[in-house]
Amino acid sequence: MAIEYLGLSEVNGPLIALEGVQDASYDEIVEISIDNGREKKIGRIVECYADRAVIQVFQGTENISLMNTHTKLTGHPMEVALSEEMLGRTFNGIGIPIDGLGPVPSTLKRDVNGQPLNPVSREYPRNCICTGISAIDGLTTLIRGQKLPIFSGNGLPHDRLAAQIVKQASLGDGDEEAFGIVFAAMGVKYDVADFFRRTFEESGVSDHVAMFLNLANDPVVERLITPKVALTVAEYLAFEKGMHILVILTDMTSFAEAMREVSSSKGEIPSRKGYPGYLYSELATIYERAGIVKGREGSVTQIPILTMPNDDITHPIPDLTGYITEGQIVLDRSLHGQSVYPPISVLPSLSRLMKDGIGSGYTREDHQDLANQLFSCYAKVGDARALASVIGEDELSDLDKIYLKFGQEFESRFVGQGESENRSMSDTLNIGWELLRMLPREELDRVNTKILDKYYEL
Amino acid sequence: MFDLTKGIIYGINGPVIYIQGKTGFKMGEMVYVGKQRLVGEVIRLTSERATIQVYEETTGLKPGEEVYATGAPICVTLAPGILNQIFDGIERPLGEIAKSSGIYMSRGIRTDALDKERLWKTHLVVSEGQRVYGGTILAEVVETEAIVHKVMVPPDMGGIVVSAVPDGEYTICDRLVTIQKDNGETAELTMTQKWPIRIPRPSAKRYPASKPLITGQRILDTMFPIAKGGTAAVPGGFGTGKTMTQHQIAKWSDADIIIYIGCGERGNEMTQVLEEFSELTDPRSGKSLMARTALIANTSNMPVAAREASIYTGLTLAEYYRDMGYHVAIMADSTSRWAEALRELSGRLEEMPAEEGFPAYLASRLSAFYERAGMMQNLNGTEGSVSIIGAVSPQGGDFSEPVTQNTKRFVRCFWGLDKSLAYARHFPAIHWLTSYSEYLSDLAPWYSTYVGKNFIDNRNQMMSLLNQESSLMEIVKLIGADVLPDDQKLVLEIARVIRLGFLQQNAFHPDDTCVPMEKQKKMMETILYLYKKAKVLIAMGMPMRILKQNKIFEKIIAMKYDVPNDRLDLFEEYQKDIDAFYDDVMARNA
Repeated sequence: MAIEYLGLSEVNGPLIALEGVQDASYDEIVEISIDNGREKKIGRIVECYADRAVIQVFQGTENISLMNTHTKLTGHPMEVALSEEMLGRTFNGIGIPIDGLGPVPSTLKRDVNGQPLNPVSREYPRNCICTGISAIDGLTTLIRGQKLPIFSGNGLPHDRLAAQIVKQASLGDGDEEAFGIVFAAMGVKYDVADFFRRTFEESGVSDHVAMFLNLANDPVVERLITPKVALTVAEYLAFEKGMHILVILTDMTSFAEAMREVSSSKGEIPSRKGYPGYLYSELATIYERAGIVKGREGSVTQIPILTMPNDDITHPIPDLTGYITEGQIVLDRSLHGQSVYPPISVLPSLSRLMKDGIGSGYTREDHQDLANQLFSCYAKVGDARALASVIGEDELSDLDKIYLKFGQEFESRFVGQGESENRSMSDTLNIGWELLRMLPREELDRVNTKILDKYYEL
Repeated sequence: MFDLTKGIIYGINGPVIYIQGKTGFKMGEMVYVGKQRLVGEVIRLTSERATIQVYEETTGLKPGEEVYATGAPICVTLAPGILNQIFDGIERPLGEIAKSSGIYMSRGIRTDALDKERLWKTHLVVSEGQRVYGGTILAEVVETEAIVHKVMVPPDMGGIVVSAVPDGEYTICDRLVTIQKDNGETAELTMTQKWPIRIPRPSAKRYPASKPLITGQRILDTMFPIAKGGTAAVPGGFGTGKTMTQHQIAKWSDADIIIYIGCGERGNEMTQVLEEFSELTDPRSGKSLMARTALIANTSNMPVAAREASIYTGLTLAEYYRDMGYHVAIMADSTSRWAEALRELSGRLEEMPAEEGFPAYLASRLSAFYERAGMMQNLNGTEGSVSIIGAVSPQGGDFSEPVTQNTKRFVRCFWGLDKSLAYARHFPAIHWLTSYSEYLSDLAPWYSTYVGKNFIDNRNQMMSLLNQESSLMEIVKLIGADVLPDDQKLVLEIARVIRLGFLQQNAFHPDDTCVPMEKQKKMMETILYLYKKAKVLIAMGMPMRILKQNKIFEKIIAMKYDVPNDRLDLFEEYQKDIDAFYDDVMARNA
């Protein structure tokens, strides 16, 4: 028999406080009914004392007064109903269907907070996913079970890039395994959500997509739970139903901002830039939910998208993200300005799992050496350009001039490609060699001699 | 009157819980919290309330549930069975947990840290009537194929052996020896010891650093060596190769035991260590690398309080093996995550923040941590060491942040990773200009005795060339390299050879991943010989352009791949090649 509590003792931003509660537990979900059930909201207990509970209300505290609410404890943490039927459906930020098709038939409910995967149960990811995008396949290969964020800025085409990855991603060999996409939008604009919906429809995958939408004008607190709901669904589909799930989380910056908002109204001590001290742990509980588990069929691959405030990669959000995720794809405004699509800034981009998922047996024997060489040569292009901007291009040595040319070609032919151009892995690698052949052989110091003999001298 | 052993939860805030009223709890005591008996530790006591940090998720915990005292601080269990294992931050075996609770870490798990059933073949080395002290070795157990575990008297005990069991197979709970203490009491000793993680294990005395920890990595062994019992910090932004550096040292260093602490890092990384280390063989013992390794894994999504404890758990395990007379190296990846755990808990406790929100005691905790390293004479007279290699993940890659700065004060070896080197895929991306090792002078006698008389001089000459290069590059950036005089062009060229041919090292190349000291020495000598010869040519007025026509520079750069580690005689060929290059240039241009 659940007790209802009438009235509140405090309303402060997204938080409300309730006095005289009995038997409340930490992280429990409460149902709040306003004006005798005219409006219903749910909230989560974030602080809990013997007779007082502080509750974070997901839908915001509008209309709540100290007198007009009935609060009921549910006795369990935030849960989401799970079913395979969720693919093809659209939900709001806390997992309630908003596509008018009624509730999801399900007998299974699960805590959205999840539990950490035991490192012993994990399997090290090795299978590379071909995205058909040279800059990713060639230099920052995406691996199944990886978490590889896109670091972007406002106005850069990160959404188009993510959509292209979704459309083109394959295991390379026409693999027919069950796959699905879980899409979680946190505080994004309506247009962005709509763009993704259209893309999924156009590419004919919308039956395999579960969308969780918390748009920019939806309640802020709700988006704190959105990625957790989405990942709970992803884990269920992957590890229990054996599907390969690609999770797109956009935009992690809004998520972190929502955390800051709630933290400051709780009166917590801020650390960097006003974000709470537990930002790292909180981001980690989201990102670490990617992976492959021993003895299970499926996998969870994550592509979180975050917009770097002021394009600053040292801002706490991209910074902490980079320390948790297995690499990053960084977009660059000046490349975008030169109409290079996708504007991937190659040098700071990285895939940590790449080294074990490429090479002979996976992609091609020359992949690792080629990637290293391209990185190293492109880094020299930067030096040559810096020099040219001081002394002028004419004064450069012949070698530096070749590097300048190489840099241009690299950006336009290797990095740049069409939005619907799907390059095979060997096309990507061959373009890489074509570019390297512009340089004299002595300059290629990262490539094994045998591989040079085979691929350089064609 | 209050209950000494029990309290009632009053408030919960994340991993921190409060108990109202006076309790009999002790500071630092381990407690069990709530119905699920989550593990916690008492961290603050006032007359009104006790504050407890909980090492597990507190979701579902209710005010009114009970908290039970255990009477002892957080301890680790020390006995055979530690090596070749993976534990969480408070020494719970992850393999066992996976067996009992599936793929996820569920809460309130209570498993024994070590297998209590397993029988170990034991050889006793004490006899009846013998006087034993704290640390005296009682028995030897073959723990793994590579390591003999030495069962010792706990440090705070001693007496006369009244009875000892014969050699045979025993579990870690079986009595091995009964001793009579000086006060007349008898005590039964098993293989097991318990030791509180926050208290250093005692030793007889500390030796100065005198032997290097050889890692097989050229930039470390030759340029910035660390001593056995030394401390080093590896700071670097994400993607610069901290973890890679730690993995390389864990794989190839000549320590007897490796304790690898994954503190707040990625789950997949720990899986990788487990997989890779099981497959690789230790070049010295020829056995699996896991046979000398214990892993502590507290990944970033595991509870934050246990992350704070994981560092101390690892240290205590390391000190225990040091007491047996082994050289232990600890990889702590990453100490920044540990510092952030401190910050997070400090925030929850509403303590006054100091710099960047870190608590004011950050510096003292860091110093206490690094000071537990050292080359020691143990209580039983053996010599052992604990070396600490701590990764630091500075925010935004900025070394001026508090964790890096405070760490710098307490370590003597600093391997600064550099973003621009990492972008150019120059690995290891340890920057030669920002890094330093204070051990260099301590270790100089060892190097000149065991490696070569000129070793340190050569090393210094290379360093000076690299420094000259960096100041010349300032000019080149402004006016281009073409206008430099030829002797300076030569410096740039040789520095390039040093950077590409010596400092850069390929962790995925079978020979280059670990390079013996002798080869490092020969490579250095070869490069400097080339410099010497080329310098003579330049002094005679030969332009650099002509020298560059010869392929010798590229050939020297490639020698790290071309000379196998067991064919060091090939270096004589290189000497001849350099001489030939000299003669050739002379003949054609004289």
